[in-house]
Amino acid sequence: MIMDIKDIIKPENLVYQKTSVLTDNAMHYCPGCSHGTVHKLIAEIIDEMGIQDKVIGVSPVGCAVLAYNYLEIDWQQAAHGRAPALATATKRLYPNKYVFTYQGDGDLASIGTAEIIHACSRGENITVIFINNGIYGMTGGQMAPTTLPGMKTSTSPYGRDTSTMGFPLKIADMIAMLPGVCYVTRQSVQTPVAARKAKRAIAKAFRGQEQCKGLSFIEIVSTCNSGWKMTPVDANKWMEEHMFPEYPLGDIKDYLQ
Amino acid sequence: MAMKGAIVVDIEKCKGCGVCVANCPTETLALHKEVNGKGYNYSYMANPDTCTGCTNCAVVCPDTVITVYRVRV
Amino acid sequence: MAEKILMKGNEAIAVAAIRCGCDGYFGYPITPQSEILETLTEMRPWDETGMVVLQAESETASINMVYGGGACGKKVMTSSSSPGVSLMCEGISYIAGAELPCLLVNVVRGGPGLGTIQPSQSDYFQAVKGGGHGDYKMIVLAPASVQEMNDFVDMGFELAFKYRNPVMILSDGIIGQMMEKVELSPMKPRWTDEEIKKLHGSWATTGKDADRNYNLITSLDLDAARQEKFNQKLQAKYREIEKNEVRVEQTLCDDAEYLIVAYGSSARVSQKAMELAHEEGIKVGLLRPITLYPYPTAQIQALLPHLKGILTVEMSAGQMIEDVRLAVEGKVPVEFYGRAGGMIPSPEEVLEAIKTKLVKK
Repeated sequence: MIMDIKDIIKPENLVYQKTSVLTDNAMHYCPGCSHGTVHKLIAEIIDEMGIQDKVIGVSPVGCAVLAYNYLEIDWQQAAHGRAPALATATKRLYPNKYVFTYQGDGDLASIGTAEIIHACSRGENITVIFINNGIYGMTGGQMAPTTLPGMKTSTSPYGRDTSTMGFPLKIADMIAMLPGVCYVTRQSVQTPVAARKAKRAIAKAFRGQEQCKGLSFIEIVSTCNSGWKMTPVDANKWMEEHMFPEYPLGDIKDYLQ
Repeated sequence: MAMKGAIVVDIEKCKGCGVCVANCPTETLALHKEVNGKGYNYSYMANPDTCTGCTNCAVVCPDTVITVYRVRV
Repeated sequence: MAEKILMKGNEAIAVAAIRCGCDGYFGYPITPQSEILETLTEMRPWDETGMVVLQAESETASINMVYGGGACGKKVMTSSSSPGVSLMCEGISYIAGAELPCLLVNVVRGGPGLGTIQPSQSDYFQAVKGGGHGDYKMIVLAPASVQEMNDFVDMGFELAFKYRNPVMILSDGIIGQMMEKVELSPMKPRWTDEEIKKLHGSWATTGKDADRNYNLITSLDLDAARQEKFNQKLQAKYREIEKNEVRVEQTLCDDAEYLIVAYGSSARVSQKAMELAHEEGIKVGLLRPITLYPYPTAQIQALLPHLKGILTVEMSAGQMIEDVRLAVEGKVPVEFYGRAGGMIPSPEEVLEAIKTKLVKK
C-alpha cells in the first residue's frame, strides 16, 4: 500500500523537528559544517533537560564566535582563548547554573592553552565543548596546533613539516591526566550513529555538573570542508580516514556516574 | 509492521551539503537539480516511497532544516 | 565616629571590597600589591559574605574572569601592578566594548618593561588614554591616602554600575604600602541573585527566563554602520561621565598666583612644597585631580585669570601634563617637575622647581 505523503505529514505523525532552543536565524557556517550539528545537539539537550533558564554559554573567537545567534540562551562572547576564564567566574558566581564554553582548536589549543589547562587544573565545574577540525576556519584555513603532519593549509602550503612546525597537540589526552577533570571524551557528528553518541556524551557532561566532580571535556573531531578544500561528504570521509587515527574516538576518562 | 515516513525540507535554509543524502539508508534523498534562492541544490525526497522516517537525515543535518514524520503501516 | 584602624593601602582595598558587598575578586600576585590577594585569602570572606576569591593563573585570566563576572551582573574586581595591567589591557578593552561594570586597581610601579618594584605614576597614559585598543574610556580614580583607597572601592563600584563601565583605581606603590588610620565603610550586604535580576536582568547573563529574550554580552558587531552607532553611543556615555563625575580637591587656589597640579602621592609631596612656598611668601595653590578621567579641565580653566604659571608634578617623565596643557590652551606657562623609575620627588625639589621654573627670580 502506498500512502500519500499528505497523509503522513500531519502533526500527530511528527517524529523530529527543530528544537525551539535553536533560533530561526540561518547559520552563517559553510554547507556541511560540523558546528551546526553540534549546536543542534547542545540545543536539544538543553531543551530535553529543561534548563534553558539555567544555562550560560561562552562563545569563542573563530567561526563559532557567532554561536550566540543560534541558541536561545544567555551568552557571553569571550576574547580569543579566554572562554574558560569567563566560565570560571560565571560558574563560581552562579554555582547552580549550567555553564559551558564552546571553542575551536585555534581558540582552545593555541592561544587559549593556559586558560583551558588551568580551568581543568582547578577542577572548575564547567563543560567544555572543543571543536577540533585541525585548521583555523574563520581566518581562512591556516595551520593550527592540531593540524595533521603533512596536511596542507594556507600557512603550511607544502604540508605541515613536523621538524619545523611541530606536532599535532592532543589536548584531550593532556588534560585527562589532571585530577580536576572528571570526564574526557572524543566524539564526532558525521553520521547519525556518531551524532547520537556525541549527544549522549554532551548530555552526560551537562548532567555531570550537578555532581560537582570537576571539568567535563568533549572534543568533537570535526571537518572544515572549506579549509580542507573538499565537498562536505568527502570531508567527512577524509576525517574518518585521516583525523580519526590521530584523534581516536571514545572515552578517555570517565569519573561521572 | 513497516514504517512509512516523509520529510519536509526548509528549502530556503538548506545549503545542499549532501550530508543527509550520504546518510540516508534507503536512498530516498537526493539533491534537487533546481536551486533555492541562495543557489544551493536543496535536498528533497527523490524516492518518497522508500522513506521510513528513520530521522537519520535530520540528526546529521548541520542546519536543522529537516522535519520528519512517520506512521506505522 | 567609627573606630579607626591602622592599615596598609593594599589591605584597605581588600577590606573595603568585602565590606561593600563585592561578589568576586580574581587576581594574580605582583609586587607591590600582593597584599590585596593575601589579605582577602586570609580573611576568608567566602565564609562570611559568600564573596568569591580566586588566584588566577595570570593577569590575562584574571581580567577575563572579571569579564565573566561582570557579565553576570555581579560586583567583581581585580588588582595588579603595571606589567600585569599591561597584560590585562586586551580584556579591559573587551570589558569597555561589552559595557560591563567592574573595578580594577593598579598599584603602579616604575617601568617600562619589568622596570622596578618602586612606586611610580608612569601608567597615567595607559589608564587615561586607553592602553587597550579602540575608542574607550575607563573612569580613573586617584587616591592620595589609605582612607581614599578604602573609600574609592565602594565609589568605584557605584560608578561602574551607574555607567556600565570599567572603573580603575590608579594608585601607586607608596599608597599601597604605607600605613595610615582608616575609618572603614559600613558593611553592605551583597546583592542577592533576585536583586541582580531586578537591577541588571535587562542585560546580565543570569540565565534566560521565559519572560525575556536572551541576553548577550559581546563587543562584536561585524556591521560597520551599527558598530559606528555603538561607538557614538559609547562617546555619548563618556560625555555624560565628563559632565557629572569630575572630582577634584583644591587647596589655597582662590588667590593663588602659581598652581601645582598633582595627583596621588605627588599631591602629598606637593602639599608640603606648597606650605614651604607660602613660608617664603610665594602664593601657590594645589589642585589635586581625584578623577583622572574625567579630567578637571574646567576647574583648571576657572583658575587661569589669576595664575602666572602652573607646575605639574608627577612621578613620571611627564604624562598628565599633556591634559593640563590641553586645559590651559597656552594661556599661561605650564612647567613640569618629575622623577621617574621609582624615584620620589622631595618637597624641597618641588619648591626649587616652583622658584626656578615659575617665579624665575
